[in-house]
Amino acid sequence: MTVEITQQSADADAGLAITQEETAAAIETPFRRFVSEFLESRLALGALFTLGAIILAAIFAPFITPQDPYDLAQVDILDGRLPPGSEAFTEYTMWLGSDGAGRDLYSAILYGLRISLAVGITSGIIAIAIGMSVGLSAAYIGGRFETFVMRIVDLQLSFPAALVALMLVALLGKGIDKIILALVVAQWAYYARTVRGSALVERSKEYVEAAASLGLSHARIMFRHILPNCLAPLIVVGTIQTAHAIALEATLSFLGVGLPQTEPSLGVLIANGFEYMLSGKYWISVFPGIALLITIVSINLVGDQLRDVLNPRLKR
Amino acid sequence: MSELVSAGPPLIEIQGVSKRFVKRLDIAGKIARRLGAGLEEETVHAVDGVDLSIDEGDVVGLVGESGCGKSTLGRMVAGIMPPSDGAVLYKGRDIASLSGDDKLEATFAVQMIFQDPFSSLNPRMRVEDIVGEAPVVHGLVPRKGMSDYVDEILTKVGLDPALKRRYPHQFSGGQRQRIGIARALAVKPKFLVCDEAIAALDVSIQAQIINLFMDLREEFDLTYLFISHDLSVVEHISERVVIMYLGRVVETAQAEALFAAPNHPYAQALLSEVPRLDQRKRDFQPIKGEIPSPLDPPPGCHFHPRCPQSFGPCSSARPVLKSIGPDRISACHLND
Amino acid sequence: MSVAEDTLEKTSSQRDGSAVPTLVVENLKTHFFTRAGAVKAVDDVSFSVKAGEILGLAGESGSGKSITGFSVLGLIDPPGRIVSGAIRFNGEDLVTASPERLQDLRGNRIAMIFQDPMMTLNPVLRVDTQMIEAIQAHRKMDRKAARQRAYDALEMVGIPSPGERLNAYPHQLSGGMRQRVAIAIAFLNEPDLIIADEPTTALDVTIQAQILHEAQALCRRTGTAMIWITHDLAVVAGLADRIAVMYAGRIVETGQTDEVIDHPLHPYSVGLLGSVPSANKRGDRLNQIPGMTPSLIGLPSGCAFKARCPRADDHCDATPEVIEEMPGREIRCHHPHRQEAGA
Repeated sequence: MTVEITQQSADADAGLAITQEETAAAIETPFRRFVSEFLESRLALGALFTLGAIILAAIFAPFITPQDPYDLAQVDILDGRLPPGSEAFTEYTMWLGSDGAGRDLYSAILYGLRISLAVGITSGIIAIAIGMSVGLSAAYIGGRFETFVMRIVDLQLSFPAALVALMLVALLGKGIDKIILALVVAQWAYYARTVRGSALVERSKEYVEAAASLGLSHARIMFRHILPNCLAPLIVVGTIQTAHAIALEATLSFLGVGLPQTEPSLGVLIANGFEYMLSGKYWISVFPGIALLITIVSINLVGDQLRDVLNPRLKR
Repeated sequence: MSELVSAGPPLIEIQGVSKRFVKRLDIAGKIARRLGAGLEEETVHAVDGVDLSIDEGDVVGLVGESGCGKSTLGRMVAGIMPPSDGAVLYKGRDIASLSGDDKLEATFAVQMIFQDPFSSLNPRMRVEDIVGEAPVVHGLVPRKGMSDYVDEILTKVGLDPALKRRYPHQFSGGQRQRIGIARALAVKPKFLVCDEAIAALDVSIQAQIINLFMDLREEFDLTYLFISHDLSVVEHISERVVIMYLGRVVETAQAEALFAAPNHPYAQALLSEVPRLDQRKRDFQPIKGEIPSPLDPPPGCHFHPRCPQSFGPCSSARPVLKSIGPDRISACHLND
Repeated sequence: MSVAEDTLEKTSSQRDGSAVPTLVVENLKTHFFTRAGAVKAVDDVSFSVKAGEILGLAGESGSGKSITGFSVLGLIDPPGRIVSGAIRFNGEDLVTASPERLQDLRGNRIAMIFQDPMMTLNPVLRVDTQMIEAIQAHRKMDRKAARQRAYDALEMVGIPSPGERLNAYPHQLSGGMRQRVAIAIAFLNEPDLIIADEPTTALDVTIQAQILHEAQALCRRTGTAMIWITHDLAVVAGLADRIAVMYAGRIVETGQTDEVIDHPLHPYSVGLLGSVPSANKRGDRLNQIPGMTPSLIGLPSGCAFKARCPRADDHCDATPEVIEEMPGREIRCHHPHRQEAGA
């Protein structure tokens, strides 16, 4: 406790020291401070690096893979179920082996990552946009509107996300657009609750009263004043939720209700290999599984560090 | 500055203003009440029927302890909170009835300076935007002219304009309070409500900010409502002092008259119990008891359970504010 | 004043004829080693308190007054550290004492009162449970006797109907009442020393007056030495026997309350006292100290006040040593406001 106090005053003093210098060379913006604190953890730095590599690999998949696994002209059925390290018929090494249809698994995984990440991130962004607006207006408007909206959120959150998504895809059918819709519905409520929580705290602060007494419009107060101060928890929840969304999509696809064979995400690849597991051809399921695991773990590690850095109550 | 009573209406007039906060029952509470539990919605009379008029150029001090409603009253005057009853008049017109440009004029005219120099500035905005946003949005200055305008205002409050690209966390408490004052001045107000504006500052910085308030008053012909628990500050800068206790005004008087001879027993207690440098090792008996909860104020005169002079009517009848001298009113049964 | 002690110790205390000080702090340095550099929160601080005496430790935020208090209690956690100096409590050095020994002293021989009483009170335990535990932690006493002692302690700090309050939880009490309970707990084991860190700052004026009144009476009655840490000189003016004024980690002036308030010697004390509204003519601009409280990181050498001081000159680039102006009156300044003849 003593440390906390002095640390704060030390921080305040550090700020003051800067203002006293007239050089103004290094203005410490909140962003710079955030970056330097984030990079303090090696684990988080490693996770961020891994995640960056994964995203780059997914984006540039066509340039770094030996085949396009969904171009039938490049896939030879005779290459089917080859173990890792085999020579393909078309003369390249399949380091991770091939699947039942003769596709190179390394290539299939990178293409699968593209779809998994795209679905996770797209649904995350849409869900954030919806959840943020709902949560912010609920906190700002208050009253019956808030009660009504937050009861819906509570109701939604009382069902497991997987169940909600499963019911929706059962209703809507397969397809990348439908799975994104299902993931958005399953997730928006988390964001709404997060934003409302922090917006309620911010709304009661004096700078909001000051903005009101300056005659600024409600929209401006909500989006220009309150929202930027609610972003920190939203980013944290957003990161972790994106990992959830990717896992959820993989689950649905594995169960055969998610993405179709024509748009094979990591979940579809795992499902495809599953039938060969018992015959000892482990690689068809295991390698996509490891890719999924690494992706989700690195997102979560980054998210954890974001939470530590952005949460003022955890400040050391 | 005893200006003659001007012909027009006072700058700000508060007429019978009350503010109630109702703590509504939640669903469980409502069900419990249906089932016969004696649950009631709790109502706090934060401000209970206050009248006050402030002429242009006046400096009015508003004094009281926690729960007396001084901050709530200040917020109603500043238009941040609507009153539950009564009206706040700006130049004779009810603020609630105004619209369009008139409303904007009244909004700009009354600005508030807050207590907490930390939570009163948006941590994600640069000083330049904190000060310049409202004037630009409302078209008081063109966007291009914002930078110069902000420089001018910052200079007026004693801040180096070179620092305007910085964020609030890079400033000390006193500097932050100057930024808050600059933000208010930027919309050219006539009236400042200062809510404990120096209470959170270091002692050596308080004097600087008080001086700044006095300088700005001269320069911009400002009128002040100075809310504070610190009597010595109020005594120093106010011309008129209002003392509140549990939502009601107990005494209003010219500062000199009040500090020379407080009339209301609460005012007397408050004046004698504020620690002062010139009072050493006092061996006095302070007034007893706690400040009652505003949820359940005592009947009659709110102060009677703690009052050393309370008698018959104090516990049953609410004392009315009566004139007890020139420009001086007090609400005490002893004056009857 | 206990007569027996007084006569016994007479020989060892020559100067003002009173007992050996309960607490002697000598050249204490407590520094914090942060990312931005070493913060010299307490930098060469010496003072003492005698039994039954109240020392007002006054200073602004960042002056090191609270850290001084925490140092005495052994509550400095990393990155902070007592770098050097001695803290002698009844002759025993606390700087070198084991954590167990400090734990045993705290709450027993040395007690503390914080600005927020909830630092002392556990929100989920009833007041009596906490008070009985506090007694039994340090002495053998059965529950019934301990409860009676707790009852007496509450009565002593002026709490009406102590029996009811003992059965209450802290959240059922008002802020003033909680602070009183915290004070009662501090006095429970009749400590030799109490360190009070801004205990009335969060309270209302009338409640503050009550608590100041009671704390003062208790110290007189029990002979407990007290260090009252505050930013408000007006509070200590009415309470303390002696005042120590801190600025940027150093004590700049010490002396009897009346002398420090009426005839301050250090330009900082002079400025501080002169800026109080009651010291100025009504409606005039106040005398103000220019500038702001300095950062403790990278503090320039010499007197920390020189940048704000109207009397500063080249001498002030050298750190001023403590000068004993007269017995019991010390200052750290090259140009004190001495009353020169004809001035």
